[in-house]
Amino acid sequence: MAKADMLGASLWDAYSNKVTTLMNNPQHQGEIFEAEAEARGNKLIVADFGAESCGDAVRLYWEIDPSNDKIVNSKFKSFGCGTAIASSDVMTELCIGKTVDEAVKITNIDVEMALRDTPDVPAVPPQKMHCSVMAYDVIKKAAGLYKGVDASTFETEIIVCECARVSLGTLQEVIKLNDLKTVEQITDYTKAGGFCKSCIKPGGHEAREWYLVDILANTHKEMDEEKMKAAADAGAAGNFEAMTLVQQIKAVDAVVDENVRQFLIMDGGNMEVIDIKKGDDYIDIYIRYLGACNGCASSSTGTLYAIEATLKEKLSSKIRVLPI
Amino acid sequence: MQVYLDNNATTMVDPQVVEVMQPFFSEIYGNPNSLHKFGTASHPALKNAINQVYNAINASDEDDIVFTSCATESNNWVLKSVWIDKILHGDKNHIVTTEVEHPSVLSTCRFLEEQGVKVTYLPVNEEGIVEAHTVKSFITEKTALVSIMWASNETGMIFPIKEIGEICKEKGVLFHSDGVQAVGKIPVNLQEVHVDFMSMSAHKFHGPKGVGALYIKNSQPLTPLLNGGEHMGGRRSGTLNVPYIVGMGKAIELATINIEEKMSSIRAKRDRLEDALLELSDTFVVGEREHRTPNTILISIRGVEGEGMLWDLNNGQIGASTGSACASEDLEANTVMLAIGADNELAHTGIRLSLSRFTTDAEVDYTISHFKGAVARLRNISSSFAKQKPTKGGEVQECELHHHH
Repeated sequence: MAKADMLGASLWDAYSNKVTTLMNNPQHQGEIFEAEAEARGNKLIVADFGAESCGDAVRLYWEIDPSNDKIVNSKFKSFGCGTAIASSDVMTELCIGKTVDEAVKITNIDVEMALRDTPDVPAVPPQKMHCSVMAYDVIKKAAGLYKGVDASTFETEIIVCECARVSLGTLQEVIKLNDLKTVEQITDYTKAGGFCKSCIKPGGHEAREWYLVDILANTHKEMDEEKMKAAADAGAAGNFEAMTLVQQIKAVDAVVDENVRQFLIMDGGNMEVIDIKKGDDYIDIYIRYLGACNGCASSSTGTLYAIEATLKEKLSSKIRVLPI
Repeated sequence: MQVYLDNNATTMVDPQVVEVMQPFFSEIYGNPNSLHKFGTASHPALKNAINQVYNAINASDEDDIVFTSCATESNNWVLKSVWIDKILHGDKNHIVTTEVEHPSVLSTCRFLEEQGVKVTYLPVNEEGIVEAHTVKSFITEKTALVSIMWASNETGMIFPIKEIGEICKEKGVLFHSDGVQAVGKIPVNLQEVHVDFMSMSAHKFHGPKGVGALYIKNSQPLTPLLNGGEHMGGRRSGTLNVPYIVGMGKAIELATINIEEKMSSIRAKRDRLEDALLELSDTFVVGEREHRTPNTILISIRGVEGEGMLWDLNNGQIGASTGSACASEDLEANTVMLAIGADNELAHTGIRLSLSRFTTDAEVDYTISHFKGAVARLRNISSSFAKQKPTKGGEVQECELHHHH
């Protein structure tokens, strides 16, 4: 929120001239009938996507030349707002002349780009971006019908944010690489969640399979697990500096048990590890003497040096031992 | 020609109202709480405005009518202060309201739920109103407040406020009604109907924006929402908005004088418009006419998405409204439409037309003609009316992937 958000956006003023023109006068709206397509020796494919009860629905018609799989003519019918009509219109335009294989590569981003007046100014405001997503979905469906396969076979990756076409893989990678902590950061880095906002969390415009909040939490969980695994490997490899605190305490205790404790016990004393603090230059190990060691003159001189020297030798040269 | 048919959202300020407000900007500008003559100069006009509002809703001299900045403030005040008085400092913990209230009630109720208050959101019947017996069955010993709108902004349906008032009185539960869509549109007589609190807004009856009021029966206690100087008898602090209060008084007077006559004039135009639009196939209007405010039509047009229709109406210089999914900025479906429980389609094909006493017959004629043209154009594009059936396997019956609700 800031000054620019103080007045609600005037949605329609943010449309490109192309959007407005096509809304008012779509070029490819209409139907192709099976009989006419057959008369021309072509195959007709008609695919629906969405429904009135969803708030938007589109029917796409493809007349395909079976000899070369080329879409020779395309029309649409749309139940939807002006943006949906304009998007459908541009979608059919983009389909005409392409083969079915070429057409399935058309995305909603292509549709939105084609609706722009100038390349760097969006054709519609963010909350209207989702209207072009149906164009993408219905093409997949039409192609599936023509090829006799399921539309999902054209999906090579899981798309989390349909408006900005950001995949699950991309999101996980960006979160990990940049150690992103919030959804706002994800939007800044990838644009995901910046448009219709459905993919941010449940309860938005439409239900989604994947939500950014969950992806963020799960990726962080994975990152923590990876960190742990790395630490466990480090522990196994004896790399003291890369170990977790618990591993370090265990390692210190093991060294103390092996090399120090027996001598302390012989003198009626003992020691315990209280804490380990990692600094840039030193690793400070705080210990407490028990029994006879407590107050023994050597505990702050000879014995201490011996303990520190042993730990340094066995674990890390950065170690300092501090009795409390 | 341009036609404004969104009078349930806001109205044109009556030029007579602007005229009475005019002196209170640069001529009579003193603070009415000051002792000097600059301050007291506004008192006659303020007293007149107070009388105008009391008379318009037939409030008694024992009642308070406190001017606020808007009905949103009035609604917030009642809900939050009843919470403070009866729940935080009392033994109640429950509020009853409806699913179809204005956001200033619903959103405040959700806020109160976060504070631990139990809130019951009553469903509406297929006409879009809450029945009195439903209200009765949900009142418990713990209920602090019942808050139910007098008339719906979306459908114009008038709620059984008299019966609900009697129930609340009998049960000893406070009753608040958001009267924003009723005052100035239908007779509101607070000697005949029992409400403890009622919210009003001037800009819904040809007064200025930025001024509203809260009626408080018998001057009963209600912790102030705004603390500050002792304005309005200490009930609502903030320097009196003199020109706007004067304007509200004039506006409510103009709206309620001979209200039956005004209603029948608006109703005649509304009914003519409605009859003409219903000549279109596959259309229906929500709620019986007799049970609606006389200015409102909520019509569903099969196969025509609401925002698309608004766009075409706007191209014809007609301002209307829809609460359907695509239109609102936050992309939410129309909660009122969904609450009515009709087909999901309705939530996306509803258009609300709300007239005013300034709507002319010529404007109605123009609207009928342009509206029918827009429906024809959009149905020609609409997939709902396509003839060629989808390829086998290519059909969609119900909402599959897009779950808007």
